[in-house]
Amino acid sequence: MERFERVEGLVAPLDRVNVDTDAIIPKQFLKAVGRSGFGENLFYHWRYREGAAGHVVPNPDFVLNEARYQGASILLARANFGCGSSREHAPWALSQYGFRVIIAPSFADIFYHNSLKNGLLPVVLPEADVDALFRAVEATAGYTLTVDLPAQCVREGEREVGRFAIDPFRKDCLLNGLDDIGWTLQHAAEIRDYETRRRAEAPWLFGREDGVPHE
Amino acid sequence: MGAFFGDLTLGKTLYDKLWDAHVVRELPDGTCLLYIDRQLIHEVTSPQAFAGLRAAKRPLWRQDANLAVADHNVPTKDRAQGIADPTSRLQVETLDDNCRDFGVRLFSMADKRQGIVHVVGPEQGATLPGMTIVCGDSHTSTHGAFGALAHGIGTSEVEQVLATQCLLQKKARTMRVRLEGTPAAGVGAKDLALAVIGHIGTAGGTGHTIEFAGSAVAALSMEGRMTLCNMAIEAGARAGLVAVDDTTIAYLAGRPFAPRGALWDQAVSAWRDLRSDADARFDKEVAIDVTTLAPQVTYGTSPEMVAAVTARVPDPGTLADAVAAESLRAALRYMDLAPGTAMTDIPVDVIFIGSCTNARIEDLRAAARIVQGRRVAANVRRALVVPGSGLVKEAAEAEGLDRVFTEAGFEWRDAGCSMCLAMNADRLEPGERCASTSNRNFEGRQGAGGRTHLVSPAMAAAAAVAGHFVDVRTWM
Repeated sequence: MERFERVEGLVAPLDRVNVDTDAIIPKQFLKAVGRSGFGENLFYHWRYREGAAGHVVPNPDFVLNEARYQGASILLARANFGCGSSREHAPWALSQYGFRVIIAPSFADIFYHNSLKNGLLPVVLPEADVDALFRAVEATAGYTLTVDLPAQCVREGEREVGRFAIDPFRKDCLLNGLDDIGWTLQHAAEIRDYETRRRAEAPWLFGREDGVPHE
Repeated sequence: MGAFFGDLTLGKTLYDKLWDAHVVRELPDGTCLLYIDRQLIHEVTSPQAFAGLRAAKRPLWRQDANLAVADHNVPTKDRAQGIADPTSRLQVETLDDNCRDFGVRLFSMADKRQGIVHVVGPEQGATLPGMTIVCGDSHTSTHGAFGALAHGIGTSEVEQVLATQCLLQKKARTMRVRLEGTPAAGVGAKDLALAVIGHIGTAGGTGHTIEFAGSAVAALSMEGRMTLCNMAIEAGARAGLVAVDDTTIAYLAGRPFAPRGALWDQAVSAWRDLRSDADARFDKEVAIDVTTLAPQVTYGTSPEMVAAVTARVPDPGTLADAVAAESLRAALRYMDLAPGTAMTDIPVDVIFIGSCTNARIEDLRAAARIVQGRRVAANVRRALVVPGSGLVKEAAEAEGLDRVFTEAGFEWRDAGCSMCLAMNADRLEPGERCASTSNRNFEGRQGAGGRTHLVSPAMAAAAAVAGHFVDVRTWM
């Protein structure tokens, strides 16, 4: 996982509540067996429309297609962002498009955790702060913010415009680019001990000693 | 010591009990290493996880904890010809290869036990009370109906569970939703689920585990409880729960993966404790009287945009909140619905009876009761029944339900996710309007430009016959 410390970048606004993972990356792009190539299909049905000869062309009415938001790395969004399915393709698509941070008043739980595991920082700010940021982005071409993970704050230039919470463990993983599996395997002996205790209490939860499942 | 005295003075919720039994290690910030008893695997969210294991040369931690089945991409007709779409085929073949290479138990497409992963797990008894259960699919909440802690995970977590049998998680808050009273004939678990979502909103359960309780939940069959827990994620909660009772235990007895003999007796006695203590406190409580609840129909592009079938499409102009009004306006534009339209005046083009929400035998029976002796209306272009598993299909055929449907003009298909999310060939054309027993009415969910109205199996069946939504209570 890529390390995350501070991101200073252009902000793009997506002014809709309940943006679901089907909208972020539609199902026809979930058939891939690899982890790459999702960025070009981010928000596919909003971002493109039918052109000549069955080709799709960028939809000029979609906000991310506006010239002023090209190269954005911070997405400003509304409540319950990422609701719906558990597809990790959603944070993959957002990251591969170029976003490093999503700021919203709230996120769906699974999306929030999937993002953290991919070095994409979901920042929860109070509704009023998010409203103010939407107004600022609208009013200012080239509006940029700095998202500072060590300080857990969002700044406009030197001025702090919001503070956010994050679990210390998750923060540490992001700052150091650590993944969960490596961390967990350091505790393999404890997992084995747990299994020994649990097998004594609830043997039906385990297959037979030879590893064959019950059936 | 605090925790010890806490235990003496305050009862535990079912969620507390399940959580506590699975903590391997707790970190200072409350993050826990949580042990996972069962992982269910399907073809869409697992290939990158297996690829990760291969790249790191990591073996499975515990082979017998996993069970795999392809469901999202599988065709629901002419299956003998294989999968026509090469990308879908590759994904299913990749699952087959991964399961073979890593020694994961798999029900292949040709196996009659194949079906939607959330139908197959319980049907096989691979879902048991007291387990932690995960799957790379948000509707894993379904399995909470058995008093198991079950929730959807992303692909990185699928890989982590394959490699370590654990997840790193923080405990959620608790919410109890009490559904009290006896609903009218024709009002089922799906209506209860939609009513809860309408009441608390699609983010109402965010950060919480919802326990469904109350007399209406106790009276539900396991199929009904699965429908209810399935939709917990649509209320924002990763996990839904129902306490274990006689209904749970009767359902599981004799299932292939369930324990037998002395082990069964030992398990049942442990499962009896899987209920919230009488003095347990929840972070949030919601109560809904379902006695007068009408069948529910969604009219928008979020499951919270739901109303009684007796109601009318709401007017965005009456909403005080500007963001909510604009969101409703956009939804009605997409759905091509005018404010004030009576739900019963909305005509439908397509009927889909299926999905992990409503494709179990009881769902098919409820739909068949309505369809029996009637015909699909002339304006309905396609009406599909897609059983949740090969075994559900077999059971339905033994009861003659397939003939009830086909004689009425429905298509009788093979098991899979099908038109719930249209990853296979079953999908809506742009502009088509569908009465669907699935779980999500998002834009394009059932096919680009398709319009979804979420309803119960009985309501979908009645809409098929009438050609528009009707209050199915009047047909009972």
